Amino acid sequence: MKLLTHNLLSSKCLKGVKVGYPLRIVAKDVKISESEYNMEFVLKMIPKLDWKVLVNAAEQIGHGNNLPIELIEDYEDDEELLKKIHHVLMEVEVINGELICPETQRIFPISAGIPNLLLNEDEVS
Amino acid sequence: MATMKLKKLQYELEDIETFENPKIELEQYTTSSHIAACILHTAQFVYDDIKDKMVADLGCGSGVLCIGAALLNAKLCTGFDIDPSAIKLSVENAADRNVSERCEFVLCDVKTIYTSIKSKSFDTVIMNPPFGTRLKGADLIFLKMALNLATKAVYSLHKTSTRKYVMDTAKRMGVYSKVIAELRFDLPASYKFHKKDSLDVQVDLIRFVLPGEEQ
Repeated sequence: MKLLTHNLLSSKCLKGVKVGYPLRIVAKDVKISESEYNMEFVLKMIPKLDWKVLVNAAEQIGHGNNLPIELIEDYEDDEELLKKIHHVLMEVEVINGELICPETQRIFPISAGIPNLLLNEDEVS
Repeated sequence: MATMKLKKLQYELEDIETFENPKIELEQYTTSSHIAACILHTAQFVYDDIKDKMVADLGCGSGVLCIGAALLNAKLCTGFDIDPSAIKLSVENAADRNVSERCEFVLCDVKTIYTSIKSKSFDTVIMNPPFGTRLKGADLIFLKMALNLATKAVYSLHKTSTRKYVMDTAKRMGVYSKVIAELRFDLPASYKFHKKDSLDVQVDLIRFVLPGEEQ
């Protein structure tokens, strides 16, 4: 699971959960894969991201990569920063671990790189 | 790779491992390499909806559409499926075709995906949804979920017999739709209740365009 994907996931599917975002990550295995850097793509994704959630997620799994806590204003011109963002979004992958609902602490396992968001019938909202 | 020929793409998608034991209730008909190549080739070379895009595949099954999108240089193609054995198959097939880095897979129930994935997270959704023959309405539930996730376009297969109903539903949601290909879907006798060897079904490939996007 890439951190880009993590940025999009919530546990609002659970009964009684109001926001369910962000999911906390506990990573047992992290892999760094290679993805071609594409500036246009990174620039297009940044406004769609929850920046703080991305920075926290990267830190939680030990790949903070010195991302600034607040996104600087003129990030478009900072290629070094854009490459770092690309790396964190596309190349850092959680292979085994857990996603944890912030409200109920329900654990969603990540195994072999696949987050499992399936619910039991009695958990569905 | 400036333009990949349709035949080459189809060739690349041939022999992708399919379900050993398809589940009837999930309508796990595998998308043939021919149909997958046809959908993706049109999406890319007529409409520019794949390359460098965030693509999602709802009910990814064997992963053939994800893999095809990755081969056409989607930046990332994320496959969602409720069935762990489908996801396992998708992962293996993506690894076999050397596109794991461009593919993500998530186990979740597509019918309620709006409660798990932020809306408007993808540019394009491609899918071969259940036709709704086993679970009535499943086709339109998938379509609504796809329209919620996409910002640009949705490509989906629907039985030709349901064309008017599907397109009227889209219209009511303010979504423009157009049949861009009519296909014969050769359903092999994958299930025991199919008496003939195979069954030809008329299927439309429909492109749905989100409001504000170029038609």
